[in-house]
Amino acid sequence: MPQWLHFSPEELTAIQLSLKVSIWAVVVSLPFGLAAAMLLARREFWGKSLLNGIIHLPLVLPPVVTGFILLILFGRHGPLGIFFADVFHLVFAFRWTGAALACGLMGFPLMVRAIRLSIEAVDRRVEIAAGTLGANPAWVFVTVTLPLIVPGVLAGMVLSFARALGEFGATVTFVSSIPGQTETLPLAIYTFTQVPGGEAGALRLTLVSVIISLAAVLVSELLARKAVHHAHGA
Amino acid sequence: MGHSAMLEVDVGHRLGNFNLDVHFSGDEGLTALFGRSGAGKTSVVNVIGGLIRPERGRIVVNGRVLCDTRRRVFVPMHKRRIGYVFQEGRLFPHLTVRQNLLYGRWFTPAAQRHERLDDVVDLLGIGHLLGRRPALLSGGEKQRVAIGRALLASPQLLLMDEPLASLDEARKDEILPYIERLRDEIRLPIVYVSHAIAEVTRLASTLVVLSGGRVAAAGPLTDIMGRPDLFPLAGRYEAGSVLEAKVAEHDAAFDLTVLNCAAGRLRVPRVDLATGSEIRLRIRARDIIVAVQRPQGLSALNVLPGRLAEIGPLEGPIVEVRIDLNGQFVTARITRKTVHDLQLAPGREVFAVIKTIALDHRSLGLSDRPHDVPQHTDDERR
Repeated sequence: MPQWLHFSPEELTAIQLSLKVSIWAVVVSLPFGLAAAMLLARREFWGKSLLNGIIHLPLVLPPVVTGFILLILFGRHGPLGIFFADVFHLVFAFRWTGAALACGLMGFPLMVRAIRLSIEAVDRRVEIAAGTLGANPAWVFVTVTLPLIVPGVLAGMVLSFARALGEFGATVTFVSSIPGQTETLPLAIYTFTQVPGGEAGALRLTLVSVIISLAAVLVSELLARKAVHHAHGA
Repeated sequence: MGHSAMLEVDVGHRLGNFNLDVHFSGDEGLTALFGRSGAGKTSVVNVIGGLIRPERGRIVVNGRVLCDTRRRVFVPMHKRRIGYVFQEGRLFPHLTVRQNLLYGRWFTPAAQRHERLDDVVDLLGIGHLLGRRPALLSGGEKQRVAIGRALLASPQLLLMDEPLASLDEARKDEILPYIERLRDEIRLPIVYVSHAIAEVTRLASTLVVLSGGRVAAAGPLTDIMGRPDLFPLAGRYEAGSVLEAKVAEHDAAFDLTVLNCAAGRLRVPRVDLATGSEIRLRIRARDIIVAVQRPQGLSALNVLPGRLAEIGPLEGPIVEVRIDLNGQFVTARITRKTVHDLQLAPGREVFAVIKTIALDHRSLGLSDRPHDVPQHTDDERR
């Protein structure tokens, strides 16, 4: 292995941390994303446009603004920060959990959009047929709706994962850049470019970013193709 | 008497500009909801199945109250145990045929399962399809699987909403015998929506004619089909009467079958049924010629003596007349000029002339009374 491909412990920590933060961001936001997508695709209610707007805010706001709002709400003295610390013993400020929260939030609109589109494509008449066969609404969702939207869910997860992996502005504003705690790949790369002789480290981490992103896209493509094949019996 | 019908429907519901207000009951066998598109047929089965919650009314199936707005009873569709075969099949695209078939069974308590997979697969002839996915099935195969799927949920009642409408003639002929077997072998009560009079004649024991969201007529098929006042609802071209008959003998030399009914003997193109089999015969009003003397030298084989019972309104070029053939009634469409020239009047002795070839396989249906099921249902339709 060439000398320049030897990762320093700090670099390995950044890679590990980035994967952990991104995976947690996707997994924890998935149930909320599914619920929001179902709500937006299937229900009519007062304030639906407003909810849709709020969900899409992270997509249109400058990331630094989102990070700052998170700092106000979830910081050590923010109302939600105090609530989560007291009730769930969960602290976000300057922890990797905060980085995951920021990343999950930034990817949330992308996830909801992808899942919502796939829900809207489901033939509701097939769901009604399941109801006449004795399935209650929860079973209909699990046995019919969910299998049919798997490609959309996978697409939403990959988009959200990619967004989390690349998140910079909101994370650095909310939880700063603490090596081993909140310094994810993009933050580490940025730090390397700010110190003399850091180019080699930046290059190594860039390479890793490219490989991870590419792998995520390929795996999701594979899964989605399998799911579509499954759903349409071709 | 304590007799209660298998199905009682009395509901009112508004859907946009459309007002549904129907009251009828159905018995064992097949109850056909018949009428033009927009008459409210699908709305009625949706109300029975629990897909629509009616604003007013009561639905009772086999003594079980499924909906009673006065007592605030509404059983949701997944608890009704009513099978529903939709026009477009609606199979689950992500499941195999076998998984589709077993879907409803999974939600049926073991003690209430009355259908077995092997039996249903045999009945519908779908054994070779079990491993496939719905996308690879033909229209007729999809409908057979949809029927099997509904059956395996062991329903108390089966709703069928124009299950043949999306199929071509050959596919329809493929499915019809299976529906007859549901009715006769499994003895499952069926509510069947159709606007095709041939299907209704072949399958129904009770007929409910719907028009503009209301019941125009309801009762045993043979009673209702002969009523000239209902013809506009059925469409004049296909309007006709239904006779119950028995296979008397086969004329092998000429490939004909002789049927016996109260009205007399009728020759029809050969049907492969044992002598004594009961059969139902639909005669379109446009296929009957009325004569005042027994005609001679005629190609038509069927000449039945009778008495003119009723003459429809004398307006326009065409008049419908009802003929009493020894207690069985048929309706004929003749010109108003004929009525005038022949001086036709109720009570007049006439002859009904029916061409044998007008009685093709689409006019013949097995009666829903107990009978031996033929081994080759295919041949019976030739």
